[in-house]
Amino acid sequence: MSQTIRLTTPLTSETLRELKSGDRVLLNGVVYTGRDAAHKRIVEAMEAGGQPPFPLEGAAIFYVGPSPAPPGRVIGAAGPTTSYRMDAYAPYLIAHGLKAMIGKGKRGEEVKAAMVRHGAVYLAAIGGAGALMARSITEAEVIAFPDLGPEAVRRLVVKDMPLFVVNDVHGGDLYQEGKAAYARG
Amino acid sequence: MPVPREIDVALIRDTVAELCGQADLLLPEDVRRALERGMATEESPVGREVLARLIENADIARDESMPMCQDCGLAVIFLDIGQEVHLVGGDLIEAVNQGVRDGYERHYLRKSVCHPFTRQNTGDNTPAVVHISIVPGDKVHLWVVPKGGGSENMSKVFLLTPAMGLKGVKERVIETVEAAGPNPCPPIILGVAVGGTFDDACRRAKRALLRELGSVNPDPEAAALEAELLELVNRTGIGPAGLGGRITALGVFVDIRPCHIASLPLAVNVQCHAARHKEAVL
Repeated sequence: MSQTIRLTTPLTSETLRELKSGDRVLLNGVVYTGRDAAHKRIVEAMEAGGQPPFPLEGAAIFYVGPSPAPPGRVIGAAGPTTSYRMDAYAPYLIAHGLKAMIGKGKRGEEVKAAMVRHGAVYLAAIGGAGALMARSITEAEVIAFPDLGPEAVRRLVVKDMPLFVVNDVHGGDLYQEGKAAYARG
Repeated sequence: MPVPREIDVALIRDTVAELCGQADLLLPEDVRRALERGMATEESPVGREVLARLIENADIARDESMPMCQDCGLAVIFLDIGQEVHLVGGDLIEAVNQGVRDGYERHYLRKSVCHPFTRQNTGDNTPAVVHISIVPGDKVHLWVVPKGGGSENMSKVFLLTPAMGLKGVKERVIETVEAAGPNPCPPIILGVAVGGTFDDACRRAKRALLRELGSVNPDPEAAALEAELLELVNRTGIGPAGLGGRITALGVFVDIRPCHIASLPLAVNVQCHAARHKEAVL
């Protein structure tokens, strides 16, 4: 049976072991944003001996490029972008402590293997529900790469962000399991 | 000699700007009704929850003047220009681009256009992609279609052999949906163009997305194929948000036209549930 679990960052492999694909998560705490261009810069800098712009150990990365904040708002629409484009960088970040990725869409085999090996999870937000997702974001601040505009790295504080566990640390995959349950040949 | 009707391109500029905002903030009514119909037939509890959240998301976007999706799209503009119209006041394409600039800035929409190699953002969501047709009459009919990257990336074009026929067309459409899986934000809408040429099929597949969900295709051959493809797509089990379920697609729009004796072009344009398009007649 699926369960709803409230999690707070930073995350540990011990906590994440409790999660199963199909569970709901309400995520709290600090989440960092990053998508294509930011991932490229972060990994290139780390491979050259530099530091990431935020501590990776226990971190959650949200694959999002929000729309501009209207006056009086913390952030604009903030739904997930498609995750496979970050697959080239994800195993490296997972090996360096990243514990959760938030996005939408399938992950590659190397990313899934890295999640099992290092005890990390992949959480799906509902794609296209950007106005709804913005309600769970209480703070937002650009902390790196401001020149990237919507792709800049932001530090978000989230309150009960509604997510689904897609890939757990045990090798479960909700996209495969959910599809199999409803497919008709 | 009839006198051509003059339309100032400034009117087109301002209309484009306004429609950019409307398109990204207001979910079309036909899409909302299709999501509601989907909730009635979806067997998966998670699928029903996702559909309910998408309707809630559209309400929040409307009530709080927020874009429904952070990907406010690359602005695709269709212009059907009456042949009795004389456009005055400047460069039409520049007017359209200025309208996009104004609309994306004024409505706090995300600028999502960049150089293909350097990935440097152009900063104002231009250039728009503009499709122009010359039609009878003295009106300008324009559509603003902000197209998201996630669903566009899952679109495909195939140059089939004539031997592959209708069966090959159906197989490729389903393959496209299966390969896309959860990536393009299902429930999706498909624009499917068969025939024409490589370039023409892609343009018609995009244009097919302008149709109203639930509308009947006047071409009975296309209407039959739409019904069959929708049934096949909704048997894949992908479901809302790809989490499993019946409602993988809200609609399939098919456009069929003749092609070269050597060819069978097929274009499949995948559209997410945030099927944004707003139109105006000037």
